[in-house]
Amino acid sequence: MKKIEAIIKPFKLEEVKDALAEIGVEGMTVTEVKGFGRQKGHTEIYRGSEYTVDFLPKIKIEVVLTDALVDQAVAAIVRAAKTGKIGDGKVFVSAVSEAVRIRTDETGDRAV
Amino acid sequence: MALAACLAALSLTSSQGQETPPAAPQAKPAPAAAVAPEAPSAPEATLEMRVNALEAYLQNTNPEDAFKSLKVKKKNDKGEEEEVFPEGFKQSTLGVAGPGHNGWMMTSTALVLFMTLPGLALFYGGLVRKKNVLSVLAQCLGCAGMVTLLWWAFGYSLVFGKNFASPYLGGSEYFFMQGVDSAPNTDYSFWISHNVFSMYQMMFAIITPALIVGAIAERMKFTAVMTFIGAWMFLVYFPMAHMVWGVTGLMNGVWNKEAVIPAIDFAGGTVVHMTSGWSALVLCMILGKRAGFGKDRMAPHSMVLCMVGTGMLWVGWYGFNAGSALAADGVAANAFTTTTLAAATASFVWALMERVLRGHASILGFCSGAVAGLVVITPACGFVNSTGAVLIGVAAAVVPYIFVMHLKAKFGYDDALDTFGVHAVGGTLGAVLTGFLADKAVNANLDTAVTAAKDAAEPGNGLASLVANGGLVGVQCKAIALTLVISIVATLVIALVLKAVMGLRPTAEVEDAGLDISEHGEEGYLL
Repeated sequence: MKKIEAIIKPFKLEEVKDALAEIGVEGMTVTEVKGFGRQKGHTEIYRGSEYTVDFLPKIKIEVVLTDALVDQAVAAIVRAAKTGKIGDGKVFVSAVSEAVRIRTDETGDRAV
Repeated sequence: MALAACLAALSLTSSQGQETPPAAPQAKPAPAAAVAPEAPSAPEATLEMRVNALEAYLQNTNPEDAFKSLKVKKKNDKGEEEEVFPEGFKQSTLGVAGPGHNGWMMTSTALVLFMTLPGLALFYGGLVRKKNVLSVLAQCLGCAGMVTLLWWAFGYSLVFGKNFASPYLGGSEYFFMQGVDSAPNTDYSFWISHNVFSMYQMMFAIITPALIVGAIAERMKFTAVMTFIGAWMFLVYFPMAHMVWGVTGLMNGVWNKEAVIPAIDFAGGTVVHMTSGWSALVLCMILGKRAGFGKDRMAPHSMVLCMVGTGMLWVGWYGFNAGSALAADGVAANAFTTTTLAAATASFVWALMERVLRGHASILGFCSGAVAGLVVITPACGFVNSTGAVLIGVAAAVVPYIFVMHLKAKFGYDDALDTFGVHAVGGTLGAVLTGFLADKAVNANLDTAVTAAKDAAEPGNGLASLVANGGLVGVQCKAIALTLVISIVATLVIALVLKAVMGLRPTAEVEDAGLDISEHGEEGYLL
């Protein structure tokens, strides 16, 4: 089992969700987050006062998948979320040691 | 009749003192004899006179003039001879308000209140951080309540009374609004109720100190704000309003023949915007900067509220400016038009400058421009034509823009919401531009017996020739200088005294938590 965490531009969420659904991913967790990388923030000006806004709104998608699906899913996310411009986001993959489906007590690959 | 004679006899006795007690019975028949033959012979007004009186309503002139020929000579209390209507003379056009003028003034009164509640409260409220939004609303509500009480008790009389016979302060005859009823006070208007006039002027007294709130936002104790404003009304507003608008006022060029400085200020450039703006600057400097100023993010918490407030200010300003004609007449119509042109021009030009010079036309830019345009046209609206109004609109965008965008940062004071940059700079600019652009073609009051030349057969204060031949700007500058001195000195004194006696600022902890929860026990948003 692996966990994929993808930080993407908010307006790309629908496309990424559809791309994952196409390859058979059945669920995901989505969070509105703020952060910055190379894109940095922007400046707001109110009359004579300038404020730099460092943190930009992003969407974080978390999906836990069986090892067999991971490469395909990462490729789908990258394909769907790409605009080619700075600030497109990142995808992280990490190992998950256990999963439990609460309703049925199933564990491991059968639970994800 | 007998009772009246007895009362007259009694008052005679008391005024003559104790030495001549026998005078009482002798005095008795005298007033009775003087009054008795007159009472039944009240003359009839002709139809022509009555039509003339109705025409006076259309022209906003004195209906008494129509019945002038019926007046009789009579000695008054001081023994001077004066012309009065015979006893028992009654006309339905005398002593009553004209419905159209009165209706417009009640509407205007409500519109000017609307500028403060909620217009200014939202305009300012949107511009502060969300932890302080309620403190701004509370200060605006506080002004509305406290100033109303002060106005009822003393303010109205000190501004619009005249028994002090002083160019600096009104009188005591209307304390607690004694005698202020629904009949017109012909010192100020022939066709609007005295009480409506008083309420209308009160709304100006409410919004003026509320404007100061913008400069000291987010960092002054509520009790200190209210105490400051209470003292400020007596030391700055009441005297200034009398000087500019009182019939015996020092700077009332249009209505006071003896005005030493015959300046003009239609709706309050000096009285409202300069006093509040310059006082705001002094107070915010004595108060000090907000904790974290220049370091923390202090961006407006809601540009939406700010825009809603701006729209209300703009709409309410029609009552403020066009209402200042004190009639639904041609002068009001002109003020209505110039107000619209100046506000729209300034709003658009300000945003255009932002778009060209900085890349974005901002909502705050549109709003700041609109308010600046309204401020600058305020003293001029009843005196300039439509061309003048558009010129004023452009100037109202350019000058305050430079001030709040560039100069303010160089000076380093923390005028939180730019009361100084918009109201003081704009009010001063308006007073000067009124001097250049006043046009007697739009307002006949600039050319009357009051404003006639000083050396004429019936000497006036000389305003008319200043308007016609130039020179009004110099007089306007004198009015500006006096306004500055009064505002700055009085604010210095009040603020320093309060700072020593009660302290102006809340503790650092309270300021950090926000004034809403600490001072008012509430939060603006529980979402």
